[in-house]
Amino acid sequence: MEDKDFDVHPPHLYPAYKSTILRSPTKPLMLVKEFLEDVSLPVFGESVIGKLDNDLTKNARKNGQPIGERIKVSGIVTDEYRRPMPNTLIEIWQANAAGRYIHKEEIHDAPLDPNFLGGGRMLTDRAGRYTFYTVKPGAYPWGNHFNAWRPNHIHFSVMGHQFEQRLVTQMYFPGDPLFDFDPIFQSVPKHARELLIAKFKMEWTEPEFALAYEFNIVLNGKSKTPFE
Amino acid sequence: MEKLRQTPSQTVGPFFAYSLTAEQYGYDYNSIVKGSLLGDKTKGEQISITGSIYDGNGDAISDAMIELWQADELGKYRIAPIQSRNNDFLGFGRLGTGAKPDHGFRFTTVKPGLVNGQAPHINVILFMRGSLRHLYSRLYFSDENNAKDPLLLSMDATRRQTLISQRMEVNKNIEYQFNIHMQGKKETVFFNL
Ligand SMILES: [Fe+3]
Repeated sequence: MEDKDFDVHPPHLYPAYKSTILRSPTKPLMLVKEFLEDVSLPVFGESVIGKLDNDLTKNARKNGQPIGERIKVSGIVTDEYRRPMPNTLIEIWQANAAGRYIHKEEIHDAPLDPNFLGGGRMLTDRAGRYTFYTVKPGAYPWGNHFNAWRPNHIHFSVMGHQFEQRLVTQMYFPGDPLFDFDPIFQSVPKHARELLIAKFKMEWTEPEFALAYEFNIVLNGKSKTPFE
Repeated sequence: MEKLRQTPSQTVGPFFAYSLTAEQYGYDYNSIVKGSLLGDKTKGEQISITGSIYDGNGDAISDAMIELWQADELGKYRIAPIQSRNNDFLGFGRLGTGAKPDHGFRFTTVKPGLVNGQAPHINVILFMRGSLRHLYSRLYFSDENNAKDPLLLSMDATRRQTLISQRMEVNKNIEYQFNIHMQGKKETVFFNL
């Protein structure tokens, strides 16, 4: 049942990422495709998206602009058969340029930015495309092992159309020297890691304003596929 | 046509709350999905779904996020888009487990009807730090007739109980307790889709 696409995902248990040890199921997952293939996921209307929700450089300003390298991130959400997925909810969250999350329990000794929240959301357009502006997140230390640092990343939550299309992932930046040392990134099978790395897009940069990255997202598309 | 490779899953991590469950945690950002699955004019008897998520040591997990998705009283899933204000039943909810000291969750909803001959149930999606891929499960109700549910029948009988929430009456509020165990004797059944 597990075809080659299944292999792009990390295993549930990956001991180098220590938190998986007590939090991953020990029994095999039950195959239930037949009972859930007709279940969709909720759809969202434009009214849930605020004007500045896709601009993290603006959506939490208090007295100025957030500090950091301004970037634009854009891409297309499709299913495995290259069909664009319009009206798909994407939610994002990230650390600020100094590598600090606004989360209350975060204790990393790096400055908070009074003008940066790090959260946003958007719906894909009719062509399945999304775009948002932010500042490039910094690397941050975490307690997994001695001197553990996460590569720069932006967290993504994607609400596909079908139940099996739910996805939570992280987008990384090209050439990050921390890739080799990060068990969360390394948990993905080697051949699939490139799928998590955004591409620098010179042609999408905005002169005097922002650098640009492309991050396309492909959702599990096993059901409701007429061509299968 | 050659299929595209899916985007690999990664953990939700510990710091999702200010974006995904901001209002519940008191962050300065609005939430579009909350712990109530009701619309402003949803009729029917309200129930609560409560519980905690336990790791392999039996400790309640404080940085998990749980989503519920269910049909309405008549067994119909919402098709209309969820808007910023909604009169009709949403059927979709989301909570983190880090907002209260006991690391529990409490959803408000109505009991779903039968869906295509399946016993009333709620779909569950679970995310947490330490989970590289989200997990799917399902919640059934202890006071419903679950004996003929095809999904429950298709699984190991000794594990069915892990999907059945227990009805309780607390201060005249009807509450269904659904604890999720990641490991151990009571390990919850999770699905592969
Ligand atoms: Fe992170």
